[in-house]
Amino acid sequence: MILWGEPAARPTTEIRMTDWLAPLQINTDLARRMIVDFIRREITRAGFARGILGLSGGIDSSLAAFLAAEALGATNVLGMIMPYRTSNPTSRADAERVAKQLGIATRVVEITPMVEPYLAQFAEGDERRRGNVMARARMIVLYDQSEDFHALVIGTSNKTETLLGYTTQFGDNAAAIQPLADLYKAQVRQLARAVGVPRSIIDKAPSADLWQGQTDEGELGFTYDQADAILYRLVDERRRADEVIAEGFDARVVQRALELMARNQFKRVTPPVAKVSTRTVGIDFLYNRDWGK
Amino acid sequence: MKFKLALAQFAPRLGDVEANLQRILDLIAQARRQGADLAIFPELALSGYYVKDLVADVAARPSVEDPHFAPLLAASRDLDLVIGFVEEDARHRYYIAAAYLSGGRVIYVHRKVYLPTYRLFDDARFFAPGNSFRAFNTRYGRAGILICEDAWHVSSPYVLWMDGADFLIDVSASPGYGIPANGELMNAATVNNFLRTYAELMTTFVFYSNRVGVEDGIAFWGGSCVLGPDGAPVVTAPLFEETLLVTEIDTDALRRARLKLPLLRDEQSELVRHEMGRIAKRELDK
Repeated sequence: MILWGEPAARPTTEIRMTDWLAPLQINTDLARRMIVDFIRREITRAGFARGILGLSGGIDSSLAAFLAAEALGATNVLGMIMPYRTSNPTSRADAERVAKQLGIATRVVEITPMVEPYLAQFAEGDERRRGNVMARARMIVLYDQSEDFHALVIGTSNKTETLLGYTTQFGDNAAAIQPLADLYKAQVRQLARAVGVPRSIIDKAPSADLWQGQTDEGELGFTYDQADAILYRLVDERRRADEVIAEGFDARVVQRALELMARNQFKRVTPPVAKVSTRTVGIDFLYNRDWGK
Repeated sequence: MKFKLALAQFAPRLGDVEANLQRILDLIAQARRQGADLAIFPELALSGYYVKDLVADVAARPSVEDPHFAPLLAASRDLDLVIGFVEEDARHRYYIAAAYLSGGRVIYVHRKVYLPTYRLFDDARFFAPGNSFRAFNTRYGRAGILICEDAWHVSSPYVLWMDGADFLIDVSASPGYGIPANGELMNAATVNNFLRTYAELMTTFVFYSNRVGVEDGIAFWGGSCVLGPDGAPVVTAPLFEETLLVTEIDTDALRRARLKLPLLRDEQSELVRHEMGRIAKRELDK
């Protein structure tokens, strides 16, 4: 979780943003097919038949649940609902609605009794620290329940938050597989519409819901649309920052995106190993994860 | 002449040569039951694609002494085979290779020349490059093999064409990426375009065998196909699904295509050689 205080910079016009996002339009049939096939193959080849995921009532986890149910069958997917005492009650209602629509089972585990006694010892902790503790408490629940349900943990991270590092390391980014992490937020919305995620979930303001009134965009200081349009140009099209700025994007947001991407690279890789031997895990011991499967 | 061709589009298990061999033998038996005369398997069918540090563990030698090649050579007494595998040479260099087997013998082995190291590829980190493109005779006509990236270089099929190949066999492990709205998979569109162009302009058959399956999140797209010497698809396998695609090849189509479009007759390969010689000399003189 990262916080900073700049006010959200808004695009000059909405029409312009639609043009800017046009290259991010995807073939949702192909995306659906590739991701469903990915979930099925990666879970079954590891010797599992089931998947478990945190259901927050937001668009990312709702879409992940839809695709997991399609890949594995509804009875093989468990949605974990893990509210904290300050969580917005509509989050839980939306999560339950998605589960009901798909016919997947849910379990509710309140993280308040896990988190409160710990936080009480460090009353000075700011919102970011508290938020990270909650995200990691949910990870503990998810991994423990995965053993009980004999399932692998399905991640719900998208490409935008992964690139910006808007995520808690070993918290919400902890998963066995990441089916959505190559889709920008705008592409998550397209695919969510295509598979039938409820409209109200697609349209509500994205929020980690770690404290009252928190929204991703409020915290990031720019909109997902801006981030998507800029990141797509920098990362996928490999344009230089000055080219992106010349196209009309806010220079401060472009610089901010570049800074965040570089600063949070550590969240996207395994920790560096001090190499002392001739062959070192993580450096020159090179095997795919799917080795022998 | 007519013969039956089988393109085996399947998902090898990464690093499990034994399991892949059994799968290949099963598919050969199926192809045989459907009357196939030639069965083509994709790039690295015996080992899977991202073998990385497994290279030495999964390597084979195309001979009867090799425990994995012996049953394949035996199977080639019933129908001809093209098998993708990791080849170890006598001096312990490893190649991405494809062998043409027929009548219990190895007719030809092509070693992948172009080893991509860009984006999601790192072939040259683990493999030695091949150093030739040669056509060879089969009982159905003269053929040439390309392995995946080889076909992205326009000179490769051209050399095989000039060496007499009427069948361009492209065995691939092509990962799918790029999903533009209302469009084909981006790199599948590129491959389909250039293969079609080769078939049409060289008035040759193209047999394209691509694998399916997922390795660490990377999905191979399949879409194996046969293109006729007029460039038109004869038959195309679905995307991402395992398929045994069996189709009849009528070699007389070569005659018809070349009567309509005598590009082979008119090709000035002597001029190409001359100009390439001049260019090579200029590069040397730099």
